[in-house]
Amino acid sequence: MRGNAATHDLIAPGELGAVLELLAAEPGVWTPIAGGTELMVAFAAGRLTAPKLVNLWGIPDLRAIEVTPQSVVIGAAATFLDLRRHAVIASDLPLLAKAASWIGSIANQGRATLGGNLVNGSPAADSSPALLAYDAEIEMISVRGRRRVPYSAFHTAYKCNCLAPDELLYSIHIPRRFAQHTQYLRKVGTRRAMAIAKVALGATALVENGVIREIRLGAASLAPFPMRLLQTETALLGQPISRDTIQSARRALLTEMKPIDDIRSTAEYRLRVAANLLDEFLLQLRHRGSET
Amino acid sequence: MSKGERATRSEQCPAITFNVNGEIRIVNVPPMKRLLDVLREDLHLTGTKEGCGEGECGSCSVRMNGELVNSCLVPVLQAEGAEIQTVEGLALHGDLHPLQKAFLEHGGAQCGICTPGMLMAAAQLLDQNPHPGIVQIREALAGNLCRCTGFIRIFESVAEATKLANAHLATESTSGQLRDARREVPHAR
Repeated sequence: MRGNAATHDLIAPGELGAVLELLAAEPGVWTPIAGGTELMVAFAAGRLTAPKLVNLWGIPDLRAIEVTPQSVVIGAAATFLDLRRHAVIASDLPLLAKAASWIGSIANQGRATLGGNLVNGSPAADSSPALLAYDAEIEMISVRGRRRVPYSAFHTAYKCNCLAPDELLYSIHIPRRFAQHTQYLRKVGTRRAMAIAKVALGATALVENGVIREIRLGAASLAPFPMRLLQTETALLGQPISRDTIQSARRALLTEMKPIDDIRSTAEYRLRVAANLLDEFLLQLRHRGSET
Repeated sequence: MSKGERATRSEQCPAITFNVNGEIRIVNVPPMKRLLDVLREDLHLTGTKEGCGEGECGSCSVRMNGELVNSCLVPVLQAEGAEIQTVEGLALHGDLHPLQKAFLEHGGAQCGICTPGMLMAAAQLLDQNPHPGIVQIREALAGNLCRCTGFIRIFESVAEATKLANAHLATESTSGQLRDARREVPHAR
């Protein structure tokens, strides 16, 4: 059955402060909506259970992108086109710029927001592997104040996160210290445009004196929510990039990840491809390491 | 929609004001009503089509404040104060837009359901990039599905329209503003 607009309330208090007051007064009652690329799909299909929605689209505080020498701070309601058009994101955070270009179509990118992608919490979220690889932090806001958590701790279960009922996702902080890192991001989907990931891997790593000094691996579509491959990282840290290291990293990945069969792919395919993506990244890392 | 004084509730069906193809329009509809449905049902602008209703096919593409949007995914309250251009706003005074001429001449339209969205996505591309190559044309139209033409004739139509428009655009500024862009794109042969 199709959605009926008359059965949903949508209000636009305007200022961020007024939205936070509303969420504080009636926690859990109001569902924030920004670009609508998820919620309006559910609405049209008659699947939107939220009776009361509060508008975040057009609140300038939430869409700002601030650059400091140490970090890039992206407002939660910045769109993926905003990210693609930002010169510092293009130069310093190429994985995020690439992920932004994967989001649906141009029309989707102009409406879909980075914060919405994270709060929606799809296991296949396009922006997540890059944010995990860049060690991003999430800043949340309510009338009680602000707090920050590592992005790797933001998702807590399938479609669940650590936002309190009166909190909004406020911004995403990404450190600008990856210029010397080897960076990698690849998504495997059915086709290049408009496809949801069967599996995606993002990675940053630093090699010094032939051994891996720092590494972050972020994966989508391998678990109930996007997550770091911590055991695989452990298998690689402090190691030279030898055939043995690559083999043990593959084994760690195949052990720690438990993907599922669903409409887009199978668990077996996802694991095999994820391990191949890891191989590809490690070979790039070895190649680059041998140059320096 | 940053106007704090415009707090609205659906039971009152607020007056929502926006500009469509250069005209101020005011509608009294539930704020969650899709912009697509408001355009078609309340404003009788039926050029904008519904395809999938979930942002996959691009049939309902319109331009809102200079960006391409799927109007099926925009609750009309978010269009408050916006400048919207639909396919009806492409032709000026009955003179077809270069894209429309090119689609006609190069077989860019068959059944026509995807065509308004294709035209709006292509108009957005030309506004942002007056000299697109085939890669840019393909990316710009990647969110618009056609089940008739196989896309090649659509890409060719956009490329031809680019040539047509560029001869004139080269001498004019491309501000990226919706209204300006409409006036800047010439309609002379």
